Amino acid sequence: MNDIILNIALADDDEDDRMLFSEAIEGIDIRTKLSLFNHGQELMDYLNLPNVILPSLVFLDLNMPIKNGQQCLLEIRNNPKLKDLCVAIYSTSSSDKDIEDTFSNGANIYVNKPNNFTKLREVVEKVLQLNWQYHTSNLNKETFLFRI
Amino acid sequence: MTLFVKYNFDLVCKTLLTEKLEALGVSYTLGSIGEIHIDKTLTEEKLEIISTSLTKYGIDILTNPKATMVERIKNSIDEFLRDKDLRAVKFSTYLADKLHYSYPHLSTVFSENTYTSIENYIILKKVDVAKELMCTTNLTLTEIAFQLDYSSVAHLSGQFKKTTGLTPSAFQRIMKNKNTTTNLS
Repeated sequence: MNDIILNIALADDDEDDRMLFSEAIEGIDIRTKLSLFNHGQELMDYLNLPNVILPSLVFLDLNMPIKNGQQCLLEIRNNPKLKDLCVAIYSTSSSDKDIEDTFSNGANIYVNKPNNFTKLREVVEKVLQLNWQYHTSNLNKETFLFRI
Repeated sequence: MTLFVKYNFDLVCKTLLTEKLEALGVSYTLGSIGEIHIDKTLTEEKLEIISTSLTKYGIDILTNPKATMVERIKNSIDEFLRDKDLRAVKFSTYLADKLHYSYPHLSTVFSENTYTSIENYIILKKVDVAKELMCTTNLTLTEIAFQLDYSSVAHLSGQFKKTTGLTPSAFQRIMKNKNTTTNLS
């Protein structure tokens, strides 16, 4: 069962953040295939392609040009084809208000961008493990809410 | 006297499978050797019955044994959390008795296949049940804590916060907002 490869998508406008994230995810036991997007619109265009294999988890930065994370989240949740995607918000904001708002809009996981690489790897691993449990077990997806 | 016979193994097996499965009222088609396609998903009990009735002929149902074991462990956890009476014994004892394997063995199989441990999965599942009770019933946190065998509300809140990163009240607030948001759209 561990031969399964998880498709993961990350939309983040910061090149360094994207690079660090790819490095972090490569160092984890869980096998993944990561797709990177420079901003929200690029991600949404990809998700709306016909016959696209949807990722099992999408990481969204909140502050991005052209289309920000909140807009993507709302579009995903209002699109019948995409509404069941698991969405993790990946942001530097740690205001309780921002966090509760994104959850109310349908985010499953809220991750604060850690400020060092070791921590980043731990956090990404934790998110992937949680996501794995929700994909393979009888857990209620309606209440899939975690702040990490 | 001695009779000499010639067997057609394939036919013997197919005939036997046909008779047994028909007697059990399972709708199926036989595929290539050793492959039976069942039209719908069978319950665990039904599979158990089929399995027992075939074993004595030397036919065993094969599955990915590790994945099957993990599923059985998860199902046992669900049962254990649903039924307060079962919790008179420790989970490790309950599981080992039920699945007839030692707990350390089961624990290893589980960890190797799920990226988590039985203990962590139970916590995740317990919190999941707590979330469900908060959303679907009017039970107070004290009552939920009691129902799930937490020693106190503080213990439940602590574990909830540690697991989900949210306090139970923040969680309830979010779920309430979430429902209004979805109802509006």
